[in-house]
Amino acid sequence: MVQAQGLVYEYKKYDEEGRETEVTRAVDQVTFGIQKGDFVAILGHNGSGKSTLAKHMNAILTPTGGTMWVDGRDTREEDKLWEIRQRAGMVFQNPDNQIIGTIVEEDVGFGPENMGVPTKEIWERVEESLKAVNMLKYRHHSPNKLSGGQKQRVAIAGVVAMHPQCIVLDEPTAMLDPNGRKEVIRAVRALNQVEEITVILITHYMEEVIYADKVLVMDQGRVVMEGTPREIFSQVEKLKSYRLDVPQATLLAYELKRAGIDLPDGILTREELVEALCQSN
Amino acid sequence: MSIKLEHVNYIYSPGTAYEIHALKDICLELKDGEFVGLIGHTGSGKSTLVQHLNGLVKATEGRIYFHGEDIYGADYDMRRLRSKVGLVFQYPEHQLFEVDVLSDVCFGPKNQGLSAEEAQERAKAALAMVGLGEEFYYQSPFELSGGQKRRAAIAGVLAMEPEILVLDEPTAGLDPKGRDEILNQIQKLHQEKGISIVLVSHSMEDVARYVQRIIVMNQGEVLFDDVPREVFCHYKELEQVGLAAPQVTYILHALREKGFFVDENATTIEEARDTILDALRSGRQA
Repeated sequence: MVQAQGLVYEYKKYDEEGRETEVTRAVDQVTFGIQKGDFVAILGHNGSGKSTLAKHMNAILTPTGGTMWVDGRDTREEDKLWEIRQRAGMVFQNPDNQIIGTIVEEDVGFGPENMGVPTKEIWERVEESLKAVNMLKYRHHSPNKLSGGQKQRVAIAGVVAMHPQCIVLDEPTAMLDPNGRKEVIRAVRALNQVEEITVILITHYMEEVIYADKVLVMDQGRVVMEGTPREIFSQVEKLKSYRLDVPQATLLAYELKRAGIDLPDGILTREELVEALCQSN
Repeated sequence: MSIKLEHVNYIYSPGTAYEIHALKDICLELKDGEFVGLIGHTGSGKSTLVQHLNGLVKATEGRIYFHGEDIYGADYDMRRLRSKVGLVFQYPEHQLFEVDVLSDVCFGPKNQGLSAEEAQERAKAALAMVGLGEEFYYQSPFELSGGQKRRAAIAGVLAMEPEILVLDEPTAGLDPKGRDEILNQIQKLHQEKGISIVLVSHSMEDVARYVQRIIVMNQGEVLFDDVPREVFCHYKELEQVGLAAPQVTYILHALREKGFFVDENATTIEEARDTILDALRSGRQA
């Protein structure tokens, strides 16, 4: 679905005469493949290149080296731009910057309307997308009266209404309270499992990652770790060296193991830890 | 020496169709040198409350006393209050604007009427407090990393030498290490400089780890006001108002149900580890 081969992106700085003064390599020789229907999480500290990489997935940025393919289309081919953006939708951190409509259902309809979808079908799509994120009962509300988690789900519905095959979410829960975070993650997982949309989730909350099929860890523009959540989170020290963390249950298990308690590697959830402690007792 | 709120009410757009009663009869005292966590779901009134603390928003009803003086009094010096109560907004780095870090941090003290030299001295001290050394003075604030920008912005408030520092979600959007760095710096300011801290946060884990007292807001009212372990005892009620307890609280409650003799009110990883170890070693079952 999304494939990168030796992907490089360099930000260039110019002086007043237009001469190049500095080159920063934000993405450095990244190669990976994401299959249709996957739920992939990308972790990495601020400035590790995650967002720059994500922006390549719907051709907001195009590589300065290497290649990015979205559903087999090279993002550098300008005549494919429209097709790529229809296939890969993007959701950003701040819901307030993404909502333009004055009524929820109009906002969600904006995408398909722009694509030239017939009116009757727009309404069908609006209804099904709002249903998919559990926001249908707010269809006639004004977006500015919604909570952060609700607004973010409207933003996601707006992308879903364009029938993408893939959604890229760049820290969609960073500004939300615990409930809002839960609502958004639940909606995202449902899209992946029920609608079979490929999901690429960038986040700093380790608890949101445990349901992913695959995790990529970025550092200094490179993919430095790749594996299932269990494989990744069993390497507590290594993650810390990349300025990251592990879920709280994993951290507690790690601390208990260091204190001499016999526990299996790669505990991710509260339930797993409780289960393992019962067995070791 | 404190901020005291007496029966504070705040109503947005009173008398219109958009009327919202954002704060309802709030009575609170923030004592000198406290480290307080303020939690509540989006729209619970947290931000409205903190904007009262330095007079940015004026209560519709009620009184606020700073060091015993009524801040709504006719001849009260609001400017002085604002330099004593430093407010760091959400995403404070959006307010960086100067050509270099040092000038940006100088802006506050200069506005307080200090000379350029004094302002610079204050700015340098403030930057040191947030862990930004000399090498950052003449860098553009826009070229710093997310965590560094945030620290530069916090320094901008610290340079005004506030007695109380109010931070509205200072770690939103930062990576885990950046989050720890900021919170450790804040804790250091509290311990070493004796500055009172009010930390607004959505992270129960952070609040459990750092603060001495938690105030929980719900629908404009104070729902709980106590030390962390007492507040998180009410985890079921917290969930009903869109919050939660730290992850470890749930683990300990589950273990207790399975018959482990653990202290289910521990709130941090270290406390949880110790009580589980105790329970396992003593071999006692509840």
